[in-house]
Amino acid sequence: MIPISYYLVVSAILFVTGAIGVLLRRNALIMLMCLELMLNAVNLSFMAYARMLNDMGGHVFVFLSITVAAAEAAVGLAIILSIYRTRETVDVDYLSLMRH
Amino acid sequence: MEAFLFWLFSIVGVACGAMVIWNRNPMGSAVYLVTTMLCLAGLYALLSGAFVAALQVLIYAGAVMVLILFVIMMLNVRQEVVPREGSLPAWIIAGVLGLIVVVNLAVLFRHGDSPTVAEDFGSIEGVGAQLFATYVLPFELISVLLLIAVIGAVVLAKRRAP
Amino acid sequence: MDGTALLHGTGALLPQLTVVITGLVILTLDLFLTSQSRYVNEAVGIVGLLLAFVLTVLQTGEPRPVFMNMAVVDNLGVFFNATFLLIALLMVLMSASYVRREAISSGEYYALILFATTGFMFVASAADLVMVFLAIETLSIATYILAGLHQQEQRSQEAAFKYFILGSFSSAIFLYGIATIYGALGNTNLLNLAQTLSQTAASPLTLVGLGMLIVGLSFKAAVVPFHMWAPDVYDGAPTAVTAFMTAGPKAAAFAAFLRVFLQGFATPELAQHWVPIFAVLAILTMLLGNLVAITQQSIKRMLAYSSIAHAGYALVALVTLDALGAASILYYLVAYTLMSLGAFTVLTVVAHRGEHHYAFTDYAGLASTNPMLAAVMTLFMFALAGFPPTAGFAGKFYVFGAAVQSGHYALALIGMLTSVVSIVYYARVVMMMYMREANGARAIAQVSPTTVTLLGLTALGTLYLGIFPGSVFRLAERSVQFLF
Repeated sequence: MIPISYYLVVSAILFVTGAIGVLLRRNALIMLMCLELMLNAVNLSFMAYARMLNDMGGHVFVFLSITVAAAEAAVGLAIILSIYRTRETVDVDYLSLMRH
Repeated sequence: MEAFLFWLFSIVGVACGAMVIWNRNPMGSAVYLVTTMLCLAGLYALLSGAFVAALQVLIYAGAVMVLILFVIMMLNVRQEVVPREGSLPAWIIAGVLGLIVVVNLAVLFRHGDSPTVAEDFGSIEGVGAQLFATYVLPFELISVLLLIAVIGAVVLAKRRAP
Repeated sequence: MDGTALLHGTGALLPQLTVVITGLVILTLDLFLTSQSRYVNEAVGIVGLLLAFVLTVLQTGEPRPVFMNMAVVDNLGVFFNATFLLIALLMVLMSASYVRREAISSGEYYALILFATTGFMFVASAADLVMVFLAIETLSIATYILAGLHQQEQRSQEAAFKYFILGSFSSAIFLYGIATIYGALGNTNLLNLAQTLSQTAASPLTLVGLGMLIVGLSFKAAVVPFHMWAPDVYDGAPTAVTAFMTAGPKAAAFAAFLRVFLQGFATPELAQHWVPIFAVLAILTMLLGNLVAITQQSIKRMLAYSSIAHAGYALVALVTLDALGAASILYYLVAYTLMSLGAFTVLTVVAHRGEHHYAFTDYAGLASTNPMLAAVMTLFMFALAGFPPTAGFAGKFYVFGAAVQSGHYALALIGMLTSVVSIVYYARVVMMMYMREANGARAIAQVSPTTVTLLGLTALGTLYLGIFPGSVFRLAERSVQFLF
């Protein structure tokens, strides 16, 4: 039996990887995908803890979390689409109208 | 056997996760992300989460990623010939900081053996029993959330009348 | 869960349900409305919100958990729900002319405002971390969309995107905190937490989870150093939506702080860890919010930074761990709502169509062209700066008084010093209105009846809360009594 802590470490690695991606990448679509990576990492944590605690509440959390992530992805893509329509680019560095 | 599967899914998952943030082209990142999600589904199955593993494949890899790929192809983002964003020192610093965070977290994850769970742990019936009994209010609230997302997707993405 | 429990729970959550149904009705009616049927959306919204308000007030009493301990109905929830419904009502009044002027699709706009309000109300009634997360996500996603509704404006799209990315980033951190707490403590229920904590010691893992919860919620409340998104997002969003964002999500974040930390993780051994963190966050927020506001050239951006600073003032009262502090947070949120919504209404009037008049110089000579507007704006500026006899003064008095009474003298001192500093940028608006010549080329702003009503209500509210603070403050105290 693989210790639960191994799963938690994998989850932490994926979470941090996604966070680095959100902070460093400048392409809007890739930033969105890094966000999804972070949420997936959290789901793995929930599953691991659920197994450790013998409690299926963790599975329900993952169910809800997947739904929220899907809703967020839809809205995020809609926003990216509306930006692309006016600007022909998804490079976040061009979103600087408000920088003083 | 279980150990082999764990290491396979973990290493492939982490490697593909790193490629998601490293790859220059959104299309490539999307494919790597799908692979990561499939590896995670494998890990969920190893954790006796059969239903959630199926959900992961069906909804996450199957619906959400397909949606993202649609939008990528619709926006026709070409292969970027410019180097990836962020200077190399920035990536190195980020990598080191990330490593420090992971190690600090890992130290805290001190757990012994996990208990043996029932035969039907992670089954649809089990999740359903919890979802519609204890967690019925979050379930209802999520329906409002999905409605909001639908409104947003329609309102923001539709073509404006000239 | 059997039938009677389900009915009982639904009855307990009738206010939220009413708001959701009102939103659905507006969405459906929008299919049949033409541009001739003016103000039907607003009318339906106001009726629904008033009904929900009445239902909320009827709920005062002993704390009652419903829906298998997922939600709880108590006086704290009643006070917060009443505040959120007030915000929504004022928003409907503000948006009536704004939405038509800026050509925003009004059915979806009001539906989103109402659904966001539902999210606020579920945060205030949450008894489990899962509900807190879902309610925050509901209100956040609705607000991301609202920020981007001004589709002709590129700034609005930028604001929506920045808000979305950083908001989702913080939600992921918050969710990771919930997972860690779940793993460390075995359950996520805030009501049972005291019992759980007495059986299991507070492991380092619990503290890490708490830290992540703090980071996640601090993003939502735009607390320094997690405020980076707020100035650009507040600046780019349509002004009515900015007003909504400074009032609603901020108050909801504080509701989450109160539920999670003052009701949930309130044991002394845990509190000794998170109280210093909040103290430092409050200091940073008050300092940065006020100091950067001085340098702004745009009044909208200045109000954005001022909103950050006011969150800092309210945060001061969180570290007191007593009823006086908690009640003063509640009072401050109501006071700030009135002042902020009033000020932003004036902004919408002066800005005209297309939203291009936000420089300080656009307010030059407003006292001669539109004296009533200038007078109301002066009231709001003085209130935000904390002059008596306005609500702003009473709010700061209670907050800093609570800090002093519990021994946090440094916090109170920094708060008062930064309040004095804030007079600089609020006074600049007043001076511009009264002591400069109007550049006469611009037409005098048209002020619609709904806007006049709104300005009257907020101005009267600001004065009333300043002159007679006791009534509302006593309500706030009764709402938090059961926590201590």
